[in-house]
Amino acid sequence: MHAGDSTACDGTRSMPPPGAGPVPVSELVEGTSLWTDAWRRLRRNRLAVFGGAVLAVIAVLSIAGALQLASQSASPFFNWIPDPLPHRFDITNLEIANEPPSWSHWMGTDILGRDLFVRLMVGGAISLTVGLVSTAVSFAIGVSYGAISGYLGGRTDQAMMRIVDIIYSLPYIFLVIVLVSIAGRSFLILFAALGAVSWLTMARIVRGQVLSLKNQEFVEAARCVGASEFATIFRHIVPNTLGPVIVYTTLTVPTVMLQEAFLSFLGLGVPPPFSSWGTLVNDGVAAMAIYPWQLLFPALTLAFTLLSLNFVGDGLRDALDPQMRKE
Amino acid sequence: MNESLIALENLKVHFDLSRRGLVARATGRAAERIVKAVDGVTLDIRKGETLGLVGESGCGKSTTGRAILQLVRPTSGSVRFAGTDLVTLPEREMKQHRRRLQMIFQNPYASLNPRMTVGSIIAEPMRNFRLGFDDRQASVRTQELMNVVGLDPRYVKRYPHEFSGGQRQRIGIARALAADPRFIVADEPISALDVSIQAQIMNLLADLQERFELTYLFISHDLRAVRHVSDRVAVMYLGRIVELANATDIYSRQIHPYTKALISAVPVADPKLEKQRKRVVLQGDVPSPINPPTGCQFHTRCPFAIAACSRVVPAMTEIQPQHFASCIRVSPEHPDVEAVAAMPGDKHFAPDDRSLEK
Repeated sequence: MHAGDSTACDGTRSMPPPGAGPVPVSELVEGTSLWTDAWRRLRRNRLAVFGGAVLAVIAVLSIAGALQLASQSASPFFNWIPDPLPHRFDITNLEIANEPPSWSHWMGTDILGRDLFVRLMVGGAISLTVGLVSTAVSFAIGVSYGAISGYLGGRTDQAMMRIVDIIYSLPYIFLVIVLVSIAGRSFLILFAALGAVSWLTMARIVRGQVLSLKNQEFVEAARCVGASEFATIFRHIVPNTLGPVIVYTTLTVPTVMLQEAFLSFLGLGVPPPFSSWGTLVNDGVAAMAIYPWQLLFPALTLAFTLLSLNFVGDGLRDALDPQMRKE
Repeated sequence: MNESLIALENLKVHFDLSRRGLVARATGRAAERIVKAVDGVTLDIRKGETLGLVGESGCGKSTTGRAILQLVRPTSGSVRFAGTDLVTLPEREMKQHRRRLQMIFQNPYASLNPRMTVGSIIAEPMRNFRLGFDDRQASVRTQELMNVVGLDPRYVKRYPHEFSGGQRQRIGIARALAADPRFIVADEPISALDVSIQAQIMNLLADLQERFELTYLFISHDLRAVRHVSDRVAVMYLGRIVELANATDIYSRQIHPYTKALISAVPVADPKLEKQRKRVVLQGDVPSPINPPTGCQFHTRCPFAIAACSRVVPAMTEIQPQHFASCIRVSPEHPDVEAVAAMPGDKHFAPDDRSLEK
């Protein structure tokens, strides 16, 4: 475990004359941070590397989809971007509706004659964005909320955690339905709804971690050397909670994407003509009996992505917490 | 040398464990449960000295150290540092004094943030206290400090988990020194280390004391270590000081019965002597600090206790020059409690008195 043990007996050495300059940078011994260690372990995990590779391919395709979305947008900030794809996701052509996979349409076309592969790429851009943004929201809110609650403790902690319990107990699908029917279908509502529920577990995880860390001597030492409360929480405590948090984050992304798919499947997701993987699966189900590829490709893509994310999450868990793993 | 740097006056740290919840109040079960961790400590720490603070686990010695640094806010009493009472200072003003009052922690595996490099750990006080170093000066000073505590400065970019326990304790010491302190609380700095490393760390602390004119409060339950490093020794029992004397006196001529028991618990390395010597062995456990015994807190376990011991709180008295003890059975005229107990006129020392214990 401790690499230093083997390198030097006790690192003691005779004192040089005081006033000597700093050791030149070239002579410094690079340390191995816990992150470096974890990264090394992660790279040795085959499933995680495979998951990472699949995600990289999907990310590239989704970025292509995002570029098309940008090139079509009304905003002058984005619409100078050239469209990299041969087909458009939103232009219908009933003459080529429901075509099977071919050289010009790799995954065939949908019921309105739109290229399914392109729609899948655009859907990927939207689904991944929903997943990442909601997870980022949950990360930011959950970590701060949990850390503050755990650090302050006492009544504040009690009150803050009861609020979490209350939000937990609301039936969130019902909440989303109400939100959507009031405000209409929009991306913002979707982010808000998914973000609002996914930070709760994060807050609980972080709070638990903080509770066990805040009585460690290095936290007291931080006070001793004049660190402010803010610095103590966010410089000393939070970085030490990040292991479990990162694992949970990578596992939140697929959960959120699945929920988005579920909401889209219920017709509460992204508004047409935009596509997300959820809406594509939904459309595919309607045509399943006659044009099975319309279901097959979106469903496979979704499944592969979720699987890969889970592989990466598991790999990260093993890499960040080697003791947890039973050999 | 006799100038006092830190003066504790009747310092008390009480922790309230009472149940104040609605349910407890409604059912009338809101029992008062107050842990008197430190219960009236009066102590002078002189400039440049090492004051050893010894006692069993849970007697409040660490809490005393933390209360001096205001890491735990005292319930009452005062802590004067160079004339300022730290107890009443708001946290913001306290921060200005913090750099002069540092701490070395017990567990070198828990006292360093595992996500920070050694360099940033040692440089942290310089940044937090705004000591006016730019990045380059801070890194020069960090490396100087590493040299001073006997670490190879090439390792500034390493992480704590890459060092051994003794090296980590050196990092902790360098961090304390970085703030340029006057006074350091060393809270059992060697108890988590291998015996071979303990001596190195103690010698390092002694060197640093000389070099930087430091004053130490050396908290330990290791009597031999305390004897080795301390100028004076204070013995603590259940939140109070029971005896205070020069290190040599406390080892050769203890006065308080508790100190006698504590010292006689240290084994002697010579088997012949070990067989011959008389030991004071205590019965029972340390009473709970939630409901400490009345009067002298030690009377429940004291072999020399008399009826009055359970009623009278003994005051610290100068029994011999510079040798204080809090025990009603001794006086400057009769400093030896065993001799007092053996005196024919000692009517109080009777079996029925001792039955009070239970």
